[in-house]
Amino acid sequence: MAILVNRKTRVLTQGITGAVGQFHTRICKEYGTQMVAGVTPGKANSTFEGIPVFHTVARAVEATDANASVIYVPPSVAADAIMEAAEAGVELILCITEGIPIRDMVRVKRYLQGKSSSFIGPNCPGIITPGECKIGIMPGQIYRPGPVGVVSRSGTLTYEAVDQLSRLELGQSTCVGIGGDPVRGMGFIEILKLFNEDPATRAVVMIGEIGGSAEEEAAVWIKANMRKPVTGFIVGQTAPSGKRMGHAGAIISGGKGTAKDKVDALKKAGVRMASSPAVIGQTVKEVLRESGH
Amino acid sequence: MNVHEYQAKEILARYGVSVPKGRVASTPEEVWTVARELGAPCVIKAQIHAGGRGKAGGIKLAQTPEEAKALAQEIIGKKLVTHQTGPTGRVVKRVLVEQQFDIEHEWYLGVALDTSASLPSVMACAEGGVEIEEVARKSPEKIMREVIDTPDGLLPFQVRRLAYGLGLPYEKGALFFPLIQGLVRGFIDCDCMLAEINPLVFTSQGELVALDAKMNFDSNALFRHPEIVALRDTDEEDQKEIQASKIGLSYIALEGNIGCMVNGAGLAMATMDIIKLCGGEPANFLDVGGGASKDKVAQAFKIVLSDQRVQGVLVNIFGGIMRCDVIAEGIVEAAREMKITVPLVVRLQGTNGELGKKLLSESNLRVISADTMAEAAEKIVKAVNQF
Repeated sequence: MAILVNRKTRVLTQGITGAVGQFHTRICKEYGTQMVAGVTPGKANSTFEGIPVFHTVARAVEATDANASVIYVPPSVAADAIMEAAEAGVELILCITEGIPIRDMVRVKRYLQGKSSSFIGPNCPGIITPGECKIGIMPGQIYRPGPVGVVSRSGTLTYEAVDQLSRLELGQSTCVGIGGDPVRGMGFIEILKLFNEDPATRAVVMIGEIGGSAEEEAAVWIKANMRKPVTGFIVGQTAPSGKRMGHAGAIISGGKGTAKDKVDALKKAGVRMASSPAVIGQTVKEVLRESGH
Repeated sequence: MNVHEYQAKEILARYGVSVPKGRVASTPEEVWTVARELGAPCVIKAQIHAGGRGKAGGIKLAQTPEEAKALAQEIIGKKLVTHQTGPTGRVVKRVLVEQQFDIEHEWYLGVALDTSASLPSVMACAEGGVEIEEVARKSPEKIMREVIDTPDGLLPFQVRRLAYGLGLPYEKGALFFPLIQGLVRGFIDCDCMLAEINPLVFTSQGELVALDAKMNFDSNALFRHPEIVALRDTDEEDQKEIQASKIGLSYIALEGNIGCMVNGAGLAMATMDIIKLCGGEPANFLDVGGGASKDKVAQAFKIVLSDQRVQGVLVNIFGGIMRCDVIAEGIVEAAREMKITVPLVVRLQGTNGELGKKLLSESNLRVISADTMAEAAEKIVKAVNQF
């Protein structure tokens, strides 16, 4: 078991003929992910690495039964790609693209209401269930199958945390990057809910960052509902106010969204906070030991 | 991206928001001309991208064109230091010369993204001219919020609710309605992150006027707004940040002395944090991104080194898509053009990490190698302290 994706997941790539789409489709296929279709308007009736390419998502789904889509198209057309996938009934949509205008994402969020699709991203590394299915741009070799669920707003910091876990022989059930934008699809709470119900997940790592209030809201939910131990880390303790730290959503504005507020809220909810980004893995190990695993 | 007050007012005026009569001027002579045209007491407002201008002496009242000219002489070309500019301040290149009003009442009105709702939201406060961040911190109950949940903007009942909440006289509703919808329309059309009227004033002549305005735009949406890009004033931005953004890098100057080059925004922030935990101070945030070329890495490295305060550099790479050998090549290339005189600690982990380390050790660079992030941070802090 795992959450959202497993060896049965059938993935289509939107933007499969672009350089980024090609590169990552190839690597995910090599990892063992079932890459079943690609979509690029105007490029139907061709193939990439043996994967059939279609003009539209609807046609690709009809022909291949793809149930997940990963999007690598440029930011100006990414919102449309997400909505196209949702309209075609794709169960899980991941958008890797960085730099999508916020207004476009507000429109996407509104469009997705009432649709059956789950949406992750944008500006995220993707999702991986180690040994089964990798969708996105994360380096597959650092992951190991195991009991720790990981959810994060960051990409490379997650790799760092996962690497620490794997070196301590703590494998991962599923790792989800929810993305660094202020308007995003699934958030911490939705992913934590899934981990809470997943028998393969025994502990969770949650990596947040400055900006917005997603971590504070998650803290309230964790306190009321979470049955599994959560280890946390909030990045950006030294970030200045009013500056966007790379991620569009990573900004302290008007004194709100500071690392301290988030750390305090999570601590109050019973989350064990790692004292430094270098000891995330070690902290999970301690938490698991104390909880009798 | 920020713009000046006079530019924000020009944009909002196009959306039907009433703004004071006036014009921007860049010499005292021009100020005199504008003041004479206005024909009445006027206000002179320094145009810089920072708040707190009034308290810092950047906003002056003048009774005559001659007084306006004299006051402008004291502002234009001078440095203005406010609590938002930092100690270095900003040189004032232009002033906005505007008509003065007798103010009966002032309010705050703004539009920003509500991240919890994933929708834009109007904020209003019966106290105008205040710093809304202060109010939000100390007495959040004083701020009214209305989420914009339709493509048409606020619904009429929401506008009424705000008007009543602000204590606006009923007969002024006819003025408030187009003003607030204009502000919302401007926010949406221009892809704003923030559109703010602070204060919105009710004058003794019975007008409702945006006395000050501020707009900030979503930099991810600038590709569809060449007219807004044209308003950019690069003199108001950090030169290294501009240089970095030109080559697609995310760089932010900080106050410390340890330069950082990292891949990924999260890891870059984590690197800053761990430097601080080890007792050092980061000089910058720098994300080289996922698929940077050797040249881009070299340029990024040079930007870090060009900061005069930098007394040591920490390179922290977790190679996934980014290959460590490319990072190493970039550093070597940069070092060929720019002598590295400060300690350099490099941590290369992940894709082609060993190859990257080999390339660095074969170069003639004096590189202190580290295997983990913690080790790297400890080593650079120690090296800088001894330097």
